[in-house]
Amino acid sequence: MMGRDAGRLSLILLFAPFALWIGLLILLPQIGIGYVSLREKVGINQYEYGFSNYMAFFGEPIYRNTLLRTAWMSILVTALALALGFPVAYYIAKIAKRQSRAALFLMCLIPLWVSDLVRAYGWIVLLRETGVISTALVDWGIISQPIEMLYNDVTVVIGLVYTVILFMIVPLVSTLQGMDDALLEAGYNLGGSRFTVFRRIIVPYAMPGIVSGCIITFMLTAGSYLTPILLGGKNSSWFTEQIYNQFITRYNWEYGATFGVLLLVFTSFVVWAGLKITGQSLATTVAKD
Amino acid sequence: MDDLNCADVVKKFGDFTAVSGVSLDVPAGSFYSILGPSGCGKTTLMRMIAGFETPTSGDIKIKGESVLSLPPNRRNVKMVFQHLALFPMMNVGENIAYGLRCRGEGKADIETKVKRVLERVGLPGVQDKQVSQLSGGQKQRIAIARCMVLEPDVLLLDEPLGALDLKLREHMKIELKQLQHQFETTFLYITHDQSEALVMSDAVAVMNAGRFEQIGTPKELYDAPASGFVAGFVGDSNCLTGKIDEIRGEQARVALDGGGSLLGQLYGNLSKGDAVEVFLRPEALTVASEGTDGAIAGTVDSLLFNGANSRILVKSDTGALIEIADAMQASGLAENSRVELTFPPERARIFAKRAG
Repeated sequence: MMGRDAGRLSLILLFAPFALWIGLLILLPQIGIGYVSLREKVGINQYEYGFSNYMAFFGEPIYRNTLLRTAWMSILVTALALALGFPVAYYIAKIAKRQSRAALFLMCLIPLWVSDLVRAYGWIVLLRETGVISTALVDWGIISQPIEMLYNDVTVVIGLVYTVILFMIVPLVSTLQGMDDALLEAGYNLGGSRFTVFRRIIVPYAMPGIVSGCIITFMLTAGSYLTPILLGGKNSSWFTEQIYNQFITRYNWEYGATFGVLLLVFTSFVVWAGLKITGQSLATTVAKD
Repeated sequence: MDDLNCADVVKKFGDFTAVSGVSLDVPAGSFYSILGPSGCGKTTLMRMIAGFETPTSGDIKIKGESVLSLPPNRRNVKMVFQHLALFPMMNVGENIAYGLRCRGEGKADIETKVKRVLERVGLPGVQDKQVSQLSGGQKQRIAIARCMVLEPDVLLLDEPLGALDLKLREHMKIELKQLQHQFETTFLYITHDQSEALVMSDAVAVMNAGRFEQIGTPKELYDAPASGFVAGFVGDSNCLTGKIDEIRGEQARVALDGGGSLLGQLYGNLSKGDAVEVFLRPEALTVASEGTDGAIAGTVDSLLFNGANSRILVKSDTGALIEIADAMQASGLAENSRVELTFPPERARIFAKRAG
């Protein structure tokens, strides 16, 4: 009897930090945001409740378009991160020698030791009109006038890919490392070309890593704030910027909360749709044992 | 015509020579084994035949055509991997159909071929099962079916029984032999387990340190080993060390280390005073009454019961432990009783002492 009570107590103690974290830092704020988003201020300390904030969002094209644009660019960033990250992950997991694997992996991690802000500033130093690249090109006589390479969508995408690619590489490396080389050799031995082996053996095997990497990078990109603002400037039209504006600049918490809820719902929908379209499910990929 | 020929194949990794000057000819339709301890180069040899390694020198021919310039996916040799390497993301049917699809065969053809090969390996109707739902022996048969459906010239098997438990391994030995008969395909089987090689093979090449020590039928290897390594590695043997004391034509008297002497058959070019090893099969020894001439004297250390494989373990007066076959357990000996062991001199094989 004592043993069972002690077991239950230790379970409760172990579970408590997790429950507190989920409850206080995730559930409660979300409920609060959801509550505020349904509120409309009609006078001093007078509120009405309803979906008017949501109606306002759908009525205003600029809000809708910003959300769609953010989603499209995040999908593009995710796709680029996958296309660039897969060869890197494959090299680290399968081709690099055992001794150099840890060093290569560490080199991927090093950028994380510097804050987002400093990394974005690094890009600014390189790309601005008076920056390193522009000046060098003028000095070499390749271009006659300094050019501004900041504040456009290409720069934003490059900066975002750079920021999130690590979160694509890490899950890919860990899934690919579990793959027995004999599977590849069997693939060739039974008559498969390089392309067949890649398409029918490597990609299906890496699917859990691909799915989790894509979900993480997509969510991080769609929710990122610093990189699009610093590299894209005031007109980057990133959805998180809209949320910031509502909360801080306009002090319209009701709209800000509504946008927050919509961002969460919409990105979750995109992830769900992505899984549906590619015929994957969380149970067979991310949650696979 | 031979299905597979290797001519003077050498493979070096840096300074290390994994395979040095190996030649073998595998006749069509035979079950051919390469037997050797781990690290002897047998897996490297097989990987060269499959095309995963390129020989440093020498030639490999399949059905008389050199395949050195062909990549692995265009050689008609298929391989059963040590851990089988069944594709976990495909079900059984897709695993078997993989090679056919790589070849670009039609859907209907693939379906009938998969069905037929599953019937031949005795697992009809498992197409839709997942690989993880199969038992060890079933996976084994699927791995073979996946290769055989492509009708290879040679099937390579890289210690495929190593991961199975003893009972299943014994069973699969017989089954592999039957499958080979049924498919009438050349099997090249790699193993470090001499009993697997002896039971299944038409011919065995014994490999040691990158070279073939002897090629022959299992019976030849067992009854007429060509070297001390083969005598010690193939089948059970008692090994006693000593020096040649006196040569009498084909036979020689050996003074054993630690005292005593025995008369045996001489193999190879040896002269008086050479350090030698004497190999005695357990079934060549008989227990005699005390005082017999030319025998090894000792005491019974223990009786090892194992049915028809039962043994008597005798500690000789010089301290060596010697196994004697005792299939009928008829000796009636008790532990610690004094015995003399005799044997026909032609069954005591004297080879030069191996290095190390």
